[in-house]
Amino acid sequence: MSSMDASNITVDHMRKLLSEGKRFDGRKIDEFRKFEVSFDVSNKAEGSARVKLGKTEVIAGVKMVLDAPYPDSPDKGNLMVSAELLPLASPRFEQGPPKFDGIELPRLVDRAIRESGMINLKELVVTPGEKVWTVMVDLYPINDDGNLIDAACIAATAAIRNANIPGIKESGVSDYKNRTKKQIPVLKDCLPLSITFYKLGDAIFLDPTREEAESTDVKINFGLSHWSGKLMINSCQKTGPVPFTQEEIEKMMSILPEKYKELNERLKKFL
Amino acid sequence: MTFKRKDGRKVDELREIKAKVGIIPNADGSAMFAFGDTIAIAAVYGPRLLHPQHMQNPETAILRVNYDLMSFSVDDRKRPGPSRRSQEISKMIEHALMPVLDLKEFPNTVIDVQVYITQADAGTRTAGINAASMALAHAGIPMRSLICSVAIGKQDEELVVDLTKAEEDFEGGEGPSDIPVAKIADTDQFTLLQLDGKIPPQRIKEALVLANKACNEVYEEQKKALKEVAGQ
Repeated sequence: MSSMDASNITVDHMRKLLSEGKRFDGRKIDEFRKFEVSFDVSNKAEGSARVKLGKTEVIAGVKMVLDAPYPDSPDKGNLMVSAELLPLASPRFEQGPPKFDGIELPRLVDRAIRESGMINLKELVVTPGEKVWTVMVDLYPINDDGNLIDAACIAATAAIRNANIPGIKESGVSDYKNRTKKQIPVLKDCLPLSITFYKLGDAIFLDPTREEAESTDVKINFGLSHWSGKLMINSCQKTGPVPFTQEEIEKMMSILPEKYKELNERLKKFL
Repeated sequence: MTFKRKDGRKVDELREIKAKVGIIPNADGSAMFAFGDTIAIAAVYGPRLLHPQHMQNPETAILRVNYDLMSFSVDDRKRPGPSRRSQEISKMIEHALMPVLDLKEFPNTVIDVQVYITQADAGTRTAGINAASMALAHAGIPMRSLICSVAIGKQDEELVVDLTKAEEDFEGGEGPSDIPVAKIADTDQFTLLQLDGKIPPQRIKEALVLANKACNEVYEEQKKALKEVAGQ
């Protein structure tokens, strides 16, 4: 059963319910499942976090390494976000080269974090033009019950806030045995979070379960954060072969500030 | 309007558009579309029988888009072959084009759309979508309308259309934002929406209004180029 598509009859029923503002699990259409965050998934990681959003679970780990800077940014450290959709986490995921979802997930989280300016990459320079820290955030879904993107973004943000910079040996290489007490330099009030809307029929809803997500044809992801006291959209991507009308987009814009506030306050409780 | 753009354009002024249909004789449909120094070419092959057979869908044709930069289209040579960026953009273009195509008319087939950038100065995916849309029309694929695409940008707090690379690298204030969009011509239906940067949610509406005007201009150029080959 676990690997079956949602049947047409289920999708039709879901569409009807959603049009009345109802869902199978009794949530409102704009209601997130409650999420929990815990830390220290691995003591070998510079920082790590585990996020449970309903039955969806994602862990994020941060590793840092000394590298040469990119030629076009000699005065900045590097950020890399990657993800692996492990067959461990869902009957849907298969071994082998990543399919589109596996490519898209880390790219969306990467953009949300990068464009927010959360990490002060300029402070990650050890020797200008020669040696800088690369921050690698790796995301692993443990159980996919829908909305991996929003859960993964919470995990990434939490793991970055949890990370301590490694030491540097006399030979100039990273010393993982003697981690410093220094944290990754971040903007204190900047917590990048992702909010993804899904559309089925004319209904637009948030935080789908896996069954709900698999019944929809289109989603639109937003990365948000505070910058200079203002709420900003840092990233956005519509995925799926169904258009959104201008009216629908404007409606989502009116929902975002309140939803961001709700998720942001919840995440702060764990930090 | 006190805001000065690097190349002296007005905030709502597109770069010079060049559009030409029928540039690749082998293809069933083809087109070139340029925003200033950004040049995209597109070819359509199909509908043709899809192989391997198990990928065929008896209910519909499959649309398959491949977008990439040519190696010499950018300052630092781009390694030939697909990257994660190009795979993502290919999918976005596919999703942007699909809503106007009647794919059900051609069961078990594939329609291949190849989009390449020969010269890049920002806005490559939007130029690519415009070229692909014209190439699909040229190939005679049944379409409800054309897809028009343009990037809206933001420089600090100022919204502008059709950024150049120099404008994308803007520094200061709220920095640069890049918002590529595509829509079904003459409707309020958006088929591509992406964003990178910093923009308050309440300003998205303004960006969409700018996009509507710019897309109308793109649409006129697309129609003009298609009419040029229609008589031949």
